[in-house]
Amino acid sequence: MGSSSIKKRYLTQHMAMAILVAAVFLVVAPIIFILVYMIANGYSSLSWEFLTQPPSQAGRAGGIFPAIIGTVFLMLGTIIFSLPVGVMAGVYLTEYARNNWITRLINMAIINLAGVPSIVFGLFGLAVFVLTLNLGMSLIAASLTLSAQALAMTITTSRESIMAVPREYREGALAIGVSKWQTIRHIVLPSASPGILTGAILAMSRAAGETAPILVVGATFLTPGLPSSPFDRFMALPYHLYTVSAHVPGMPADVKWGVAIVLIVMVLFFNIVVALIRMKTRKR
Amino acid sequence: MNMNSIFKSSTDDNSRQADSGNASSKLRMQHMNLYYGSFHAVKDITLQVNTSSITAIIGPSGCGKSSMLRVFNRMNDLIPGASVDGLVEFDGINIYEPGVDVVELRKRIGMVFQKPNPFPMSIYDNVAFGPRRHGIRNRRALDEIVEKSLMQAALWDEVKDKLGQSGLSISGGQQQRLCIARVLAVEPEVILMDEPCSALDPIATLKIEDLMRTLSETYTIVIVTHNMQQAARVSDMTAFLMVDDGHSGVLVEYGPTSEVFTNPRDKRTEDYITGRFG
Ligand SMILES: Nc1ncnc2c1ncn2[C@@H]1O[C@H](COP(=O)(O)OP(=O)(O)O)[C@@H](O)[C@H]1O
Ligand SMILES: [Mg+2]
Repeated sequence: MGSSSIKKRYLTQHMAMAILVAAVFLVVAPIIFILVYMIANGYSSLSWEFLTQPPSQAGRAGGIFPAIIGTVFLMLGTIIFSLPVGVMAGVYLTEYARNNWITRLINMAIINLAGVPSIVFGLFGLAVFVLTLNLGMSLIAASLTLSAQALAMTITTSRESIMAVPREYREGALAIGVSKWQTIRHIVLPSASPGILTGAILAMSRAAGETAPILVVGATFLTPGLPSSPFDRFMALPYHLYTVSAHVPGMPADVKWGVAIVLIVMVLFFNIVVALIRMKTRKR
Repeated sequence: MNMNSIFKSSTDDNSRQADSGNASSKLRMQHMNLYYGSFHAVKDITLQVNTSSITAIIGPSGCGKSSMLRVFNRMNDLIPGASVDGLVEFDGINIYEPGVDVVELRKRIGMVFQKPNPFPMSIYDNVAFGPRRHGIRNRRALDEIVEKSLMQAALWDEVKDKLGQSGLSISGGQQQRLCIARVLAVEPEVILMDEPCSALDPIATLKIEDLMRTLSETYTIVIVTHNMQQAARVSDMTAFLMVDDGHSGVLVEYGPTSEVFTNPRDKRTEDYITGRFG
């Protein structure tokens, strides 16, 4: 083989490499830009007081403590309601449902559920949880609303994780006289749990960033204190960010960006948790 | 021996234990047919498996050996569209009769698969899995079962110091013996093995064959194998399956292994064991 053809091959390889690197850069650059821009503009507002104090002067001063707590509660509420329902639905759909038109309809509904705009979930929550179930504009109504939205994702990831459990495991259990339910409970669900959990956490962190749905079911700009029961109204980071950015005149820019940093860090934190779970289970 | 009934309700159990067949017959098929949807996979099988014996099922791949084996513990129930007709008896009871408790049946007819399939849990938990699900909680009782089963499976000495390690961390041959121990732990009466050595090296294979000979003193074993030397080495009886013109598996010959291998009655058997096809 001539050295020129080898050179040519190296050249092609270098070019392909360069294109790939450029593509990666195009994906990563906006993210880095947003992060850098946000931090550069917002870091001056960050302080211990900002994280631990309630706001004053309509958010222009003080901190965002109640909004952080409200968002944490919303995330907890979302995972508490959507995880069990998602897992049960996933088990039913993969293990028990017959493959008939009803099942196919349900599957189609789940796919479409993921595409419903979030404000529509807000209106649904207002109609069902706030008014019909009479939960009022409250933390619990908002959690249920966000859970309804998260369900599409928790069901889908549960179902996929359950289906990914090797058939050999199930057969091994059934072949020693273990019942179907015991097999699901002791073999299938433990094997699927990292996948189920990562899906639920991702759905939860996505819920943390939702503004539109909570707007109509109980988020409020300023509360006197922290919610003392699930039936209280609450503050939340995305809604706070929306209000201070759009409705408060004379808002210091670094405070706005400070709120954004806190929100992003919370969401990123859970995404990192997910990545760690994935890494750990892949090693096994 | 397990005296529980394989019926869901144990009433009139005795009357159902029909006086069919001969006393030492553990498993019996009579005009058994298996269909996958409209595909007639296994056709009109009649044979009888004696207690405490090893029966080998041999034949070219795709002739229905696995399918036939899975009829004995109703594993085909898991496949949508699979159906069985004819008579299939375990201890004189038709296992396809309505009211048969399939879970109890599989407890008494355990199965080992082609690919070793330990659960993703410790060696100890793998063996204790069946007994735990069947209600044994006492730690000491479980310890005893685990040790006994691993001994029986000739694996104890190799793993006794690492019972807490993952069942997936040991070699393929050890994994397969672990799967055998897992079956033994629930004290079945019959063990079905579907090409248990096909993924193993020759040394591991010999170990499993030794093990089968020992186990056959207490258990009734039915083994599918594509390895004819293996069938000749370990089995008492040999069933030779082949596909007919309609691609259905049929039983060409069934008899004592020595006769099937040295003096086959059917020309096709002779061709197969002398390596002329398949
Ligand atoms: N789940 C199934 N659905 C439909 N056909 C099957 C299924 N399993 C096996 N078969 C078919 O049944 C025949 C026998 O298969 P199998 O019992 O696996 O043969 P062997 O174990 O002798 O290789 C083959 O033609 C195979 O394609
Ligand atoms: Mg097979």
